[in-house]
Amino acid sequence: MSAEVKSDERLGQESTLRHLLSKPEFGALAGTILVFLFFGMTAQGSGMFAADGILNWTTVSAQLMILAVGAALLMISGEFDLSLGSMIGFAGMMIAIPTIYFGVPVWLSVVLAFAGALGIGFLNGLIVVRTGLPSFIVTLASLFILRGLTIALSILFANRTIVGGVREAAEGTFVGWLFGGKVGGAFFVFLAEQGIINKLPNGAPSVPGIPMVIVWAVVIAILAGIVLSRTHYGNWIFASGGDAKAARNVGVPVNAVKISMFMLTAFCATVYAACQVFEFGSAAADRGLLKEFEAIIAAVIGGCLLTGGYGSVIGACLGALIFGVVQIGILFTGINNDWFRVFLGVMLLFAVLFNNFVRRRVTGER
Amino acid sequence: MSKSNAPLIEVRDLVKNFGPVIALNGVSLSVNAGEVLCLLGDNGAGKSTLIKTLSGVHKPSQGDFLVDGEKIAFESPRDALNAGIATVYQDLAMIPLMSITRNFFMGREPLKRVGPLKFMDMGFADKVAREEMVRIGIDIRNPQQAVGTLSGGERQCVAIARAVYFGAKVLILDEPTSALGVRQTSMVLKYIFQVRQKGLGVIFITHNVRHAHAVGDRFTVLNRGKTLGTYAKSEIELDDLQNLMAGGRELQDLSAELSGTV
Repeated sequence: MSAEVKSDERLGQESTLRHLLSKPEFGALAGTILVFLFFGMTAQGSGMFAADGILNWTTVSAQLMILAVGAALLMISGEFDLSLGSMIGFAGMMIAIPTIYFGVPVWLSVVLAFAGALGIGFLNGLIVVRTGLPSFIVTLASLFILRGLTIALSILFANRTIVGGVREAAEGTFVGWLFGGKVGGAFFVFLAEQGIINKLPNGAPSVPGIPMVIVWAVVIAILAGIVLSRTHYGNWIFASGGDAKAARNVGVPVNAVKISMFMLTAFCATVYAACQVFEFGSAAADRGLLKEFEAIIAAVIGGCLLTGGYGSVIGACLGALIFGVVQIGILFTGINNDWFRVFLGVMLLFAVLFNNFVRRRVTGER
Repeated sequence: MSKSNAPLIEVRDLVKNFGPVIALNGVSLSVNAGEVLCLLGDNGAGKSTLIKTLSGVHKPSQGDFLVDGEKIAFESPRDALNAGIATVYQDLAMIPLMSITRNFFMGREPLKRVGPLKFMDMGFADKVAREEMVRIGIDIRNPQQAVGTLSGGERQCVAIARAVYFGAKVLILDEPTSALGVRQTSMVLKYIFQVRQKGLGVIFITHNVRHAHAVGDRFTVLNRGKTLGTYAKSEIELDDLQNLMAGGRELQDLSAELSGTV
């Protein structure tokens, strides 16, 4: 009986290109290559691809990567978090104010900030899954509530919206290093001795070490990538976003999955906030402004569908990389920085058009 | 299978009320191992409510529900699934954006241990998905391809194969052929026949008498929340079944008016 079904002559062997096209990160990969080619030609000799230049755009990309990975996983599970940026400001203040004004040990402040952020993420998720309201509206409300709270509470407790002195308080502590430190210093000294990278006039290597924010980005991306593509939980994330009803029918705990993804984005926002606070030594109430959109843009450029159920971690990372390279590359090439947003918008538009095309192809819609 | 001669599923005088609405008002049916029971009914006859009651979504208001000859009360679809009753819904069976493998094992992913961690065993999952597809007769394609690239009939077959693979004893198929073309339909009907040969009980819900007559052993007709009776294939003709399902006279009149095209 199978012979009859098999003999559908319209189905050939899948070509390699077709297979590549069906990968969510294909568009972002092509975009990354284009962006590197463009700046490789226009920014040649400007120092963009010297050690310190590379570190510059890698750091910017890594910061966004932390947020984009969280946003991508949440988006794949079928939801959004617009309060991501506000959460960064709020988490920063949750670290700085107790440390500076209440004499709380800095490690305890960080632990409390993470606990608080996870709690808020849980609440966001709980409201969304219980009410069935679009996460767009629920987290839009959280965006304003959190930003407002950050400003109001900073004024109330500290009578200012920028709280400094965290670097001094964290001097020599483990958490200070964990979020604001650098690794691989000796390696870069060695590279400078060998003449592979430049030295500063005082003899120190031009790159003192890899900032912890890059380490965090790589670790979060690798773990998230493994969970999404290689575990049963990853399958549940795809299923929850692909069709929550079908997933429930086969026993996937959709609500728990979605809530956990809201908590993950809140966690990522707090990592980002902690890295900033310990690097700059201060927290400010307006930190993370518009970061929710940057994270979503990176995820979408990386191939995530806004409707959920489709996307990849590697795609989100490439999206963040494109973002960082363009943002810094424009400075190096001397193009007026105002063009950055134009470029970003155009990139987003193309990414969405491309994703739409891919989705039709994958789902067989015409 | 505990008692060999007891039906896999039997319901007697099942009643289901939603507040003042009586959705089911005395439904009786049974399905045996290695048998296809067709449940026929027009729109609004109570088919959907009956399916949801059998699959544990709704609890019956009155009446008996027996599995393997023993009374049972399901609290959730999970309970029904554990008792070996699997339901394949017409449109909610598969997620088009996910791969065939991921869909096949959705909710029951095979795991392998690596040190203290557990990962999804993708190699095993792909292998099983491919084997099951070959068994159905879709062996050209890659199990990592999205389900969206499969035709409607193939999707239904994969959904049925999934239920069989995970040890279903009774399959409830909710209008598996209603949205399909002729060739796709024959593919699904053939597969239902194959499943029956394996000794599973199948409840095939449809309002297409021809599809039912092609694979059914017995036919239960549902009308206005009641079963009008169950007939063996030898006892009833296609036309009689059609008339019974449509509530008799009206359709015959219509058929006469349209000179026999209905």
